[in-house]
Amino acid sequence: MSLLTIQDLTVEFPTRRQLFTAVDHASLSVEPGEIHGLVGESGAGKSTIGAAVMGLLERPGRIASGQIKLGGEQISGIDAEAMRGLRGKKISMIFQDPLTSLNPLFTVREQLVETIQTHLGGTEAEANKRARDLIDRVGIPDPDTRLDQYPHQFSGGMRQRVVIALALCTEPDVIIADEPTTALDVSVQAQILDLIKELAQERQVGVILITHDMGVIADSTDRVTVMYAGKVVESGTTAQVMGQPQHKYTKSLIAAVPRPTLKLHRFPQISYGGRETRFAVDDMARHWPKVDNDTSKPLFEIRNLTKKFLQKRGLLPWDRTYFTAVDNVSFDIHAGEVFGVVGESGSGKSTVARMIAGLYPVDGGTIDFQGQRVSDLSNRSVQDEYRKNIQMIFQDPYSSLNPRMRVDEIVAEPIRHHRLMDGAHIKRRVDELLDQVGLGSGAGQKYPHEFSGGQRQRISIARALATQPRFLICDEPTSALDVSIQAQILNILKDLQEHLGLTMLFISHDLPVVRQMCDRVAVMKQGQIVEVQETSELFANPKTEYASELLRLMPKLDDLSTDGLEAG
Amino acid sequence: MFAFIVRRMFQSIIVLLVVGLVAFSMFRFVGDPIDNMLGQERTQADIDRLRTELGLDQPFVVQYAKFLQGAVQGNFGVSYRQGRPVSTILLERAPATLELAFVSGFLAITMGIALGVFTAIRRQGIAANVIMTVSLIGVSLPTFLIGILLIYIFSVELDLLPSFGRGETVMIGHWSTGFLTASGLKALILPAITLGLYQMTLIMRLVRSEMLEVLRADYVRFARARGLSDRVINFRHALKNTLVPVITITGLQLGSIIAFAIITETVFQWPGVGLLFINAIQFVDIPVMAAYLMLISVMFVTINLIVDLLYYAIDPRLRVDARAT
Repeated sequence: MSLLTIQDLTVEFPTRRQLFTAVDHASLSVEPGEIHGLVGESGAGKSTIGAAVMGLLERPGRIASGQIKLGGEQISGIDAEAMRGLRGKKISMIFQDPLTSLNPLFTVREQLVETIQTHLGGTEAEANKRARDLIDRVGIPDPDTRLDQYPHQFSGGMRQRVVIALALCTEPDVIIADEPTTALDVSVQAQILDLIKELAQERQVGVILITHDMGVIADSTDRVTVMYAGKVVESGTTAQVMGQPQHKYTKSLIAAVPRPTLKLHRFPQISYGGRETRFAVDDMARHWPKVDNDTSKPLFEIRNLTKKFLQKRGLLPWDRTYFTAVDNVSFDIHAGEVFGVVGESGSGKSTVARMIAGLYPVDGGTIDFQGQRVSDLSNRSVQDEYRKNIQMIFQDPYSSLNPRMRVDEIVAEPIRHHRLMDGAHIKRRVDELLDQVGLGSGAGQKYPHEFSGGQRQRISIARALATQPRFLICDEPTSALDVSIQAQILNILKDLQEHLGLTMLFISHDLPVVRQMCDRVAVMKQGQIVEVQETSELFANPKTEYASELLRLMPKLDDLSTDGLEAG
Repeated sequence: MFAFIVRRMFQSIIVLLVVGLVAFSMFRFVGDPIDNMLGQERTQADIDRLRTELGLDQPFVVQYAKFLQGAVQGNFGVSYRQGRPVSTILLERAPATLELAFVSGFLAITMGIALGVFTAIRRQGIAANVIMTVSLIGVSLPTFLIGILLIYIFSVELDLLPSFGRGETVMIGHWSTGFLTASGLKALILPAITLGLYQMTLIMRLVRSEMLEVLRADYVRFARARGLSDRVINFRHALKNTLVPVITITGLQLGSIIAFAIITETVFQWPGVGLLFINAIQFVDIPVMAAYLMLISVMFVTINLIVDLLYYAIDPRLRVDARAT
């Protein structure tokens, strides 16, 4: 008999105007020791299923019909007090962001002991011993010292281990892991997934792994359920669903996943649900100033770039300590190419981008753009000209647009700042831009919160293109987006590069994406560049150990269906 | 930690010096003390003589330097009006203000936090909404109006509580306290409420909004998912996190309870330093004004230091930094 069965579950959120059905007659079951993947895009209802099982639906959400059974006993609709007894004891949950899911003001020991005693009772000494064993089991070295530390003293991966220890501390039957590795680096992600797999086997726990990452699904689940708009569209063993998807949505979803092994000319768009929006790059190209991509000389020459951040303040210079974020980095970017920078978080890749953009002053070294020294921020005339030519697209489309400004003001701002046009022309130009990125010229009257993540990233692109730059810096432009939206945005960036002759610096931790986008790639580690290579060469024969290690940890995705993909 | 305290002390001294400088540069605009000090039958010679005697003919910077010179030796000069040393007068008056401030501060903090937590947890409840509406009145009515209103209701109409003064006081050493007599305690009630009401509603609204924010945080959701009881989640996990930002504002508010007791003390004729200061302004009693302003700045600076130290006590994230500095 299954450990956890969900039958015909429907979850509704009544709002003032209408009834929103978040989950629509979904069914799935989990066996002991099985990892069951639940995949879909944001808004598909996968997290709502998790919350429903935990009895933690946000008000006014409610289970309208269907049943949830745990070990044959119905747990949906039982009273709040009984549900609280089950939570943490029989069913546990692991959240997405380990940085925020631990209370910052209590030590790890306090949080563990509290939970153990709530459910198992017992003396404090027993709870302490159990806490120590758990911390040891989840692979945190030196458990005796670590137990008495506060969450901020742990790294992201270590914190997620603490969260797992907390979820495990009362021997639950089922664990719901909601995007447990999305906030982590590739190498840490692999370790955490291994730990979850191991523990599921060892303790015969059923795991529901909620994720939007097909790589995670392919690598670590036994069975998978695909959701779209609240409905289960396909369910089966992982090999079967990934290898021979039956449903049209699953097929298009799998097709949109960037592959590490196969370079495509364009990403296939998700055709299911008719969400594709036009991007009029041809229109744009007609009015774009002709750029002469002279390939004899690099566009950027970056030499011995160094950035230090003050780590410890001190009145006296010798009291201060610095953290070297970027250490003596040199590379060239040629006109017309997409230059990738990859590395784990903290490797200094964003710092390099910000120095090139002039957001951080350089502490050492030089940046030359078209033969002109641009790392000296005090030269106003050079800076003005330079900044018109470079624009940046940021990672988080939610925080990179001012929520109090209308979209047309946001897009017009760079034009106004550089005094490129006067009033009436600006308006026409902004409308054109918004139309060209596929938002329609009416979008200018709205505010950023009225748009989805993908649409906001289009606004960012329109803003970046407003000054008709030669060079775009894209700092993880798609890592906050769903796979299908990511495909759209990456296609747009590719079009821009091809049709407008733009040069790009593309920063990402996602190797398959880099493989699709970039001509050359620099691999960064602890502030230094360890390897610069042609993309195909790097993926085929990495020269350094670190690069091959990164490649090894990357989800393989070999079993994924390749229907509808054509190499480019 | 030690280095931190030393550095803060150093900064505090600079703040105090600047406050004093600004204060002294303003004094000559308050009026001429000589006018009040000499009677009708004064001659120009008397005026000149007194002016030289008090050092008022010198530039304010020199006056300030002289004041500082005395102050570091504990000598704040002699009051022009009362003819007694300022330090004696302040010592006499301080207990009244400090007792009043202590009671109203205590009321504001305990009631403010309790009501704030209550209204945050029972966000939809009727009681919470009533409290929130009433608290708007507390925030928007000026202090003197509340004072007069309370006097009207409880002293004039109901004749329950005294409308002015401290009642009977008992001397303990140099400290005159109203805590030990029935009339002293009764006299405290109305002024304490008047003085603390604004701070209380402010703290309450602050705690409420902060608490609502914290209750939405991931670690509270995770605590729920671990099956901890509501009591533990609300009062252990959420409340402690709520207090971190609340402490700053609350600390500064407590400072202003003492500093701005002036209005309440005037309304209730409370014999504290606030009332002393008001009278000093009318009489252009420069030594008293100077000493009072310095006293208030010392207090604000101290409260700020305590607030910073409290941060370290509550938030472990800062403790690590402190060790590094």
